[in-house]
Amino acid sequence: MDFNDTPEEARFREEASAWLAENAPTGDAFRALSPLEQAKVWQKRKYDAGWACIGWAPEFGGRGASAIEEVIWNQEESQYDLPANFFLIGQGMIGPTLMAWASDQDKARLLPPLASGEEVWCQLFSEPAGGSDLAALRTRAERDGDDWVINGQKIWTSGAHYSDYGVIVVRTDPTLPKHKGLSYFYVDMKAPGVEIKPIKQLTGDSDFNEVYFTDVRVSDSQRLGEVGQGWQVSLTTLMNERAAIGGSFGQMDVSLAMSVAAEVEIDRRPALEDAAVRARIADWYVQEAGLKYTGYRSLTALSRGALPGPENSIGKLVGAPKMQAMSSYLMDLLDASGAITDEALAAKAGIIQRAYMGAPGLRIAGGTDEIMANIIAERVLGLPQEPRLDKGIPFNEVPTG
Amino acid sequence: MNFEFSDEQQLLREQARGFLTDHCPTSAVRAVLDGDQDWDAALWQKIAEMGWTATVIPEAYGGLGLSYYELAIIAEEMGRSAAPLPFSSSVYLASEAIQRFGTEAQKSAWLPRLASGECVATVAMAERAGRLALDQLETRRSGSQLSGTKVPVADASVAEAAVVLARSDAGLEACLVPLQQAGVSVEPVLTFDTSRGHSTVTFDGAEAEILGETTLNPQDWESLLDGAAVLLAWEQLGLAETALTQARDYALQRFAFGRAIGSYQAIKHKLANMYVKNTLARSNAYYGVWALSEESEELPLAAATARVAAIQASTFAAEENIQTHGGMGFTWEFDCHFYLRRAKLLSLAIGSEAVWQDRVVSALAAQSAAV
Repeated sequence: MDFNDTPEEARFREEASAWLAENAPTGDAFRALSPLEQAKVWQKRKYDAGWACIGWAPEFGGRGASAIEEVIWNQEESQYDLPANFFLIGQGMIGPTLMAWASDQDKARLLPPLASGEEVWCQLFSEPAGGSDLAALRTRAERDGDDWVINGQKIWTSGAHYSDYGVIVVRTDPTLPKHKGLSYFYVDMKAPGVEIKPIKQLTGDSDFNEVYFTDVRVSDSQRLGEVGQGWQVSLTTLMNERAAIGGSFGQMDVSLAMSVAAEVEIDRRPALEDAAVRARIADWYVQEAGLKYTGYRSLTALSRGALPGPENSIGKLVGAPKMQAMSSYLMDLLDASGAITDEALAAKAGIIQRAYMGAPGLRIAGGTDEIMANIIAERVLGLPQEPRLDKGIPFNEVPTG
Repeated sequence: MNFEFSDEQQLLREQARGFLTDHCPTSAVRAVLDGDQDWDAALWQKIAEMGWTATVIPEAYGGLGLSYYELAIIAEEMGRSAAPLPFSSSVYLASEAIQRFGTEAQKSAWLPRLASGECVATVAMAERAGRLALDQLETRRSGSQLSGTKVPVADASVAEAAVVLARSDAGLEACLVPLQQAGVSVEPVLTFDTSRGHSTVTFDGAEAEILGETTLNPQDWESLLDGAAVLLAWEQLGLAETALTQARDYALQRFAFGRAIGSYQAIKHKLANMYVKNTLARSNAYYGVWALSEESEELPLAAATARVAAIQASTFAAEENIQTHGGMGFTWEFDCHFYLRRAKLLSLAIGSEAVWQDRVVSALAAQSAAV
């Protein structure tokens, strides 16, 4: 075993690293731009040089890179402080969906500006009545000549306010069972009748929106998949989601815990010398190192041209609760001071408290802890689904509440 | 990135699993657990013929000179079948101690016989309840004579020699002591896992020689334990995998309230948690065996992390496997208890969970101080 690149990988890394060193934007003029403008400038520069969406085929703006090359590129790019989040959903989840389901004409028209960052996309799936049970969504689309007319409400839509397009799954036939009456479209987010309202989260931030659709007209040519095939198309999008959300838990790592425990005291000794504190830190390190080396095992599979095994599915289920437990415990070590978020006074400039307040969201987004455990139980261990009371029943006869 | 066993090593895994499936079914574990024997001597003979006891012993001493990667694979399969053998005592601990600390004469005398499996050896560390303190050992060597009592000593009843931690006027020592001699008594001690024999070993002026030529540096002993921690982690991982497989199979076949219990989220989430802990333990065990094989400076951290992860995964899986089986899991007749016994037994060998949690943090602190 070793952690080294193969010769081909090393060559690729060198090429990527050299291009980044030469081209990654710096300077006050760039930093003066808004984060979205920075992201667009950088994305376009990558696109023009063939470094955007490198796993995509060249005709869509990529370079047909392998999965391991994408990982290497991301590792190298992440060494620079550059904004990227604006395009994650569009390029990570919607791009692959368009490739699988859109007409050739739409692929040629939509994918290059998605790769170049000139057009930003968002995902309109969740609804107030459909979270974990996504297919219980109620937003309606009714046929009107060559158009469809959409009415309803979507929620938890990241980036709706700066997106040009969105993909939406809607109910086109409520008399069919839940999964069978859905269809999938792409919509112009600037179309009449689309209204976007930011959601204020418990953190005080607003990363998501509610999006209301009132008589929004969409051409039938913007449908992906057949009428009634919306669930299958949605699965293509969702398959690409959890990997994107699972990855990083920011600065809440064991080195931060070690640092806090070295600075505060228990009975006039550094907390780091306390056996109970040490046991907790060791347990988090077991989780942190376990995830890191699980990642290395997956990378090894990619490097050998194989698909990673199911082991990667544990990332978010371990990482998000760990972040919650660790931030809670570190505040306990700070005792009453743990409540302070004033950056001038707070330990570690308040990142522990921000992590604690943000952790509930991470345990929910992209599949709750409970759904992630179900996925492991069903897809990895082969256990059966729970019986479903709405199975085979027309959607408009399913009990609601 | 090449963080995976080689194809040849994967082949060894298949062979080892096939062999133990044939030669160490659960009935073999049960026979030792229920019977008067402290081990499955015939099975020991067979695994010795396969060369498993010789895996990492150098060729110059009659071994195969393979790497710890191969030994880790065998360890996992040993755990998977809960083999009633003194493998950890003789291979991960005693053979390693002789190889690391012994004189040329000691290595030549003992390693070929340990490699061939014709003799078994063990280590004797604990003297009383509570954590082992190397500076407070009461077993003493004076001249060529050793006195003191070690309890519990795993596998002493089937061992020809023991590496005994002791002190002399010069300091800490590892002594090499043949057990079949007048000055040594080996009395059985009942433990909760009688598929491995345990003893009280009393030395009363026993003939003993220092292993090596001088006192033992405590760090060298810790380093030996780091290696054993990695290999025990692999063995415990094997136990954990069997416990998960048993629980999964039972959850699919057992029906309650008209459906398989494996369809209830209470059971699904329990099994998903087992899978999560097993996966963390496996990835940390990879890290451990990498550090052990490459003689990395990260070994203290990697070994402690692997051990804590494996203790947690194996005890959780064993406990929750029984819970998944309900009342039947609590019977002697079902096999579930084998894994509970062995997982906990191995968790108490060479220092329990808290000892190794402490070492994780010490290693992290040392690493950050070195940066």
